[in-house]
Amino acid sequence: MISRRSFCKKSLLIAGGLAIPFSSLELFDPRRLEAEKNDGKKVRWVFLVDTNKCVGCGFCVKACKTENEVPYDANVTRTWVERYVVTKDGKTHIDSPKGARDGFETTAIDIGEGKFEEIRNEDIDKAFFVPKLCNQCDNPPCVQVCPVGATYQTEDGVVLVDRKWCIGCGYCVMGCPYGVRFFHPVYHVAEKCNFCYHRISKGMKTACVDACAFGARRIGNIKDPDDPVTKIIMTERVNVLKEEYGTKPQVFYLGLTKEVR
Amino acid sequence: MKNHVWRPLYVVLLVIAAVLVTRKILVPADFGIGSRGYMYGWHRPSNEQEWKEVSVKYRTAEYCKQCHPEKYNEIKQSPHANINCENCHGPALNHPDDPKVLTVDRRRELCARCHFRLEYPTSGRGKIRGINPKTHHPELECVTCHWPHDPRKEGHKI
Repeated sequence: MISRRSFCKKSLLIAGGLAIPFSSLELFDPRRLEAEKNDGKKVRWVFLVDTNKCVGCGFCVKACKTENEVPYDANVTRTWVERYVVTKDGKTHIDSPKGARDGFETTAIDIGEGKFEEIRNEDIDKAFFVPKLCNQCDNPPCVQVCPVGATYQTEDGVVLVDRKWCIGCGYCVMGCPYGVRFFHPVYHVAEKCNFCYHRISKGMKTACVDACAFGARRIGNIKDPDDPVTKIIMTERVNVLKEEYGTKPQVFYLGLTKEVR
Repeated sequence: MKNHVWRPLYVVLLVIAAVLVTRKILVPADFGIGSRGYMYGWHRPSNEQEWKEVSVKYRTAEYCKQCHPEKYNEIKQSPHANINCENCHGPALNHPDDPKVLTVDRRRELCARCHFRLEYPTSGRGKIRGINPKTHHPELECVTCHWPHDPRKEGHKI
């Protein structure tokens, strides 16, 4: 006759003994481990901008406005291109006429109110173009300040705006340190770049990436170690904008200098 | 206790009930905490689907290639291989059904987006061959002399 105590002991031993071979069946897949290292999500969209390649043609801005139904002649845009001209006297001249929707049609810098500042070629130390767009931050301040839950972050990292739910208070417009948010002139609600969510969720690239003829803009999934964008971010010297704000921006830049704000 | 003491309490209870009922009616059923937690994921999940349903306007050169392979092959073997069809021809949308014809942007300003000469030594722009549109045959369209699908070839002429 088996005693109660020894029955419990033996059954626990058998259960434990059976569990060992089961656990040893599962092999470590380093790739899966890499992907699950942080939170186990399969997709996290990130963006890579190469400022060395950008020529300031503005085709990205044109495509973005058409693709995302932002009124073409309104002076608001989800993405834009900035021109930086650093002259030999140490000054930095920055402009982005109409967000560079039509490219840069003059050598003069647009200093606002219809005035232009002419810069002679021999005075230029360095000059380059920097495309800007929503950073789809890991700590998005625009989402934190929304009082009604109209803006939120999806599982794959994209920050979206619920047009039916937005009350147009403008907290998010003020809260974004990168100035990417604005009011949609037609819907009168907060509007922002969403990495062309309708395109990336169909396996396409964003409209700006497809429009770029120089490979200055690229989109990728940082959770996929084989993604060429991930490889560049992991192995090359990339930088982000306004890191000191703690927003953990997910748009990475190659060739960024201290003049870029 | 007397009735006039209890009466305000009934009013307060009635207001609370009214607020709860209106909230139940107005707030969508799926509203709640998403995968990113309360701070970043408090939202209406059906809105994600609404964003996914936005129509695609730029169909990319892969779409154009299906019916216009000769044009596609010509530009892909030219110095303009990196330029997508829709940059100049406009978004394809549902072409050829809607719109039936795409309007080509033949303005000088379109070519000048890249070929307006800017002497920027530290940018890719400085490496592109360019002109000043104000002095370089300002009366003509670029395509008169330059064939855009292969700039090594001659243009339309007049």
